[in-house]
Amino acid sequence: MDIDLQDIRKYFGSVKANDGISMHLKGGQIYGLLGENGAGKSTLMKILSGYQPADQGQILLDNQASTFQSPAQALNCGIGMLYQEPLDFPPFKIIDNYLLGRDSRLNLDYKLVEKELNDYFSHYNFELDLQAFVDSLSLGERQQLELIRLLAGGAKALILDEPTTGISAEQKDILFAAMRTIAHEEGRTIILVSHKLDEVQELCDHAFVLQKGRLVGEIDIPCPNEKLVEMMFGQIPERSDRAPLVMDVPKLELLDLTISTYRLRVEHINLTIQAGEVFGLAGLEGSGQGLLQKACAGLIKPESGVILLDGQDVTQWSYHRMQAAQVAYVPAGRLEAGLVAGLSITEHMILAQPEHSFFIDWNEATDLSDSRIEQYQIVGKPDTYADELSGGNQQRLLYALLNSPLKLLLLEHPTRGLDVRSTNWIWDKLYRRRGDGTAIMFMSADLDEIIERSDRIAVFSGGVMSRIVEAKDTDVEELGHLIGGSE
Amino acid sequence: MNARRIFTVLWPAVPIIAALLFTAGLLVIYDTSPLDALDSIFQGAFGDQSKVLSVMAFWVPLTLCAVGLVITFTAGLWNIGIEGQLILGSIAASWVALKVNAPAPLQIPLEILAAMLAGALWAAISAVLKTRGKVHEIFSGLALNNLAIILTNYLISGPWQPPEGGTFRGTSPFPDIALLPRFADSRFSPISFVITLIAIGLVYVTLRGTFWGLKLKALGKNPFSSFLLGVASERETILAMMFCGALAGLGGAVRVLSWFDSLRQSISGGIGFLALLVVMLAGYRLLWVPFISFFFSVILNGSITLQLRTQLHSSIGGILTGVLVLLVLLFGDSRIFKFLQQEGKDERA
Repeated sequence: MDIDLQDIRKYFGSVKANDGISMHLKGGQIYGLLGENGAGKSTLMKILSGYQPADQGQILLDNQASTFQSPAQALNCGIGMLYQEPLDFPPFKIIDNYLLGRDSRLNLDYKLVEKELNDYFSHYNFELDLQAFVDSLSLGERQQLELIRLLAGGAKALILDEPTTGISAEQKDILFAAMRTIAHEEGRTIILVSHKLDEVQELCDHAFVLQKGRLVGEIDIPCPNEKLVEMMFGQIPERSDRAPLVMDVPKLELLDLTISTYRLRVEHINLTIQAGEVFGLAGLEGSGQGLLQKACAGLIKPESGVILLDGQDVTQWSYHRMQAAQVAYVPAGRLEAGLVAGLSITEHMILAQPEHSFFIDWNEATDLSDSRIEQYQIVGKPDTYADELSGGNQQRLLYALLNSPLKLLLLEHPTRGLDVRSTNWIWDKLYRRRGDGTAIMFMSADLDEIIERSDRIAVFSGGVMSRIVEAKDTDVEELGHLIGGSE
Repeated sequence: MNARRIFTVLWPAVPIIAALLFTAGLLVIYDTSPLDALDSIFQGAFGDQSKVLSVMAFWVPLTLCAVGLVITFTAGLWNIGIEGQLILGSIAASWVALKVNAPAPLQIPLEILAAMLAGALWAAISAVLKTRGKVHEIFSGLALNNLAIILTNYLISGPWQPPEGGTFRGTSPFPDIALLPRFADSRFSPISFVITLIAIGLVYVTLRGTFWGLKLKALGKNPFSSFLLGVASERETILAMMFCGALAGLGGAVRVLSWFDSLRQSISGGIGFLALLVVMLAGYRLLWVPFISFFFSVILNGSITLQLRTQLHSSIGGILTGVLVLLVLLFGDSRIFKFLQQEGKDERA
C-alpha cells in the first residue's frame, strides 16, 4: 500500500512535536524512521495508526484521503501498529486472544480459526502452541502473535515500534525474515521505528530522519552510519578550547561492572573517572548509559562488579547512603522525578539539606532559598510552588538544590530544552565545582553538548560501552561509528 | 483566583446543603415538617446540659481519629483501617482496666498508653504490609478491621464475659478508679476534651513546623521525587500510620472509659469511618476538622430526640449522614472537586 503523509502538524502547547512532515512511502518496501528522543517519531506514528489525530495535514492511502479516529478504524483502512508492549490479554490462551481480536459475534469456530492460525504460523516460520497461555509466552512470541492478528485483520501497512527491544537474537532473525516476506514478497509497507542503526542497515530499504519535529533527510539503505548520525544530530560545531581541570586522583572506579534489567544487559564496564573530570556518555536513548548512571547513584544494584568511590567499595550502598556520601543525581524528569509539585522552593531547599533539625526554622530556610534564588537566577519567590515555575526555572531549581561539596555529580540530559544562554550558564556553574574535586558524569542526547563539554567520552550502543575517546580529538564521524555499534 | 478561593472555602457546604434538602424531602413524605425535625435535632443536641455534654462526648473520639487521619492523608495514605485501630485501643484500655491494678494516679495513664500503643501497632501492620508486601493499605485495613471486631466479640463472649453471664453483650463495668472522671453524671470527660485539643495542636505543629511533617507532605504529593530528595519513604510511611493509629487508639480508650464504662460489642460506633468522612468533607484541612466533626456529633446525637418527638426512627440522622457520604463521593468524583481538593491540599497546614 502506498502511504502519503502531507504536511502533518501536531502541537502540544508550545511544543511542535510534528512541524509539517511530508513523506511518501511505497508498497513492498521497508522504511526506517530515525531520530533522537523527542524528534517526533512516536507522535507521527500515533497519528498514522489512528491513536491520535493530527492538528493539520492529510494522510493518503493509495491516493485516497483517509481519516480515522481510532486504531481499530486505522486497521480497517489497512494500517496496523505493533507496539513495544503487545496489546494482548495475558490470562488468555493464544487462540482465545486471537478470537477476541476478530469480531465473529456469537459463533466461535475453533476448528476454522485453528487452521487459519496454523497456516499463518507456518507461513512465517513462527512456532507457537495454540493452547498456550499468553502470559507464558516470551515478548518475542507475543509479538509474533500480535503480528498475525494485525495481518489477519487486513493490515496492508505495518508500523513496528522498537520491535527488537527485549527479544532474543533468534527471535529477531525470525522477525526480520518475516518482515522481508511481508514486504518484499507480499507487497505490504513496513515502517520500522528504531534507535538501532545497525538494525535499520540490516533490514530497511530506505530511511527517513526526523529532528525536532521536522523531516531533515532521507536516504537509501545501506549507507554509511555516519551519514545517518549526521542527519540525526545535525552539523556539530568545532569544540571550543578550554583548559581541563582533571586531577590525577581517581574519584569513581568501575571494575568489571555488569548491570542487568529485563530489557538490557550492560556488561563488563571498566572505567575510572578522575576528580575534576567531566565525563560524557553518548549513545542513543536506552543503550545502557542511563543504567550505568543509575547504578553509580545507587538506584539499581549491579549484578556483579565493584564500584569504588574515593577508593571505598560502595557497590551495595543504597541511594540515600550515596547521597549522604556526597553523590548527587540530577534526573531529567523535573516534576516527575526530582521536584514535587505543590511544594514551594523553600520546602524543596529544606528537604535537600544534608542536615535537619526536628523543627523547621522557616526564617533561616527562607533566607537560604532567597540566596539560592538569586545565585541561580530563578524567576520565582521562596513560596512559589515548583509547578508554577517555567521548565527552565525548574531546571535551575534542580541545580540550586545541589549541596557543596560533592564528590560525584551524575546528570541526565543536564540542559535538555534550555536555550543557549541558560545552557552556557548552567555549565559554567557545573565547571566551578571541579575545583572541589567533583567528578561529573553526564549523559546527553546532544552530541554537540557531549563533544563541547566533556573531557573524555564513552559511547554506548546496545548495552556495550565503546573505547574511551578524548573529547578534543574526536569528531562526529568517529562518534557516529561508535553510536552505530561498530569500532 | 479569588473566586476559586471562595469556592474552595465554601465547598464543604455544598454536599451538606444538598443532603439537608434531600432529608427534608424525605421528612415531608413522612408527614413531618422539616422545620420541626430540625428543631427536634437542635433540641436533642442543645436542649439541656446533658445533651450538650453528650454531643461533646461523641465529638472527642471522632475528632481524635479525624486529626490522626489528616496525618495519613497528608502522607498520601488511605488509612481505612482506622476503625480497627480504634477498636484495638478500646480493647487494650479495657485489658488494663480489667486486669491491671495500678496505683490510682497511674491507672488511667496506663490505660491510655496501652490504647495508644495498641492502635499504633495495629496500624503498623498495615504499614509494613504496604512497604514490605506491596499490599495496599485499604485492603489490609479492611481485613484488620474485621479481625478487630472478631477479637472484640471473642473477648466479650469468652475470656472477659461477666461472671453473671446474661444476655448483655459486654464486659462487666470497670471499677470507678479505672474510668475517666466524667462531668456531672454525663458521658463527657473534660480530660479527654483537653487531650483532644492537645492532639489538634500537636498535629498542627507537626505539619506546620517540623521536618517530619514536611517529609510527609512531600511523600503524599510525589513519592519518587521525595525519594530522590532524600526522604526515606518506608520509615515515614510506618511512622505516619502509627501516629494516626495512636490517636485512634486514644479515641478507643475514650469510648470505653467515658462514653461507656465497659467493652461492648460494636464499641467503635463506626466512628473510624465517620472520621474518614469528616476529613474528606473538611477538604483535608486540619482547622476545619473539629467543626465538621462537631456538626456530625450534633446531627447523630440530635436525631435521638427526633425519634422521641416525631416517632420517626432515629436513623434519620444516619440517613442524613449517609446521604452526605454519597453526595460527597458524587461531588468528589467531579472534576471541579478534584481541582478544588488539590487547592485544599496545597493550602492545608
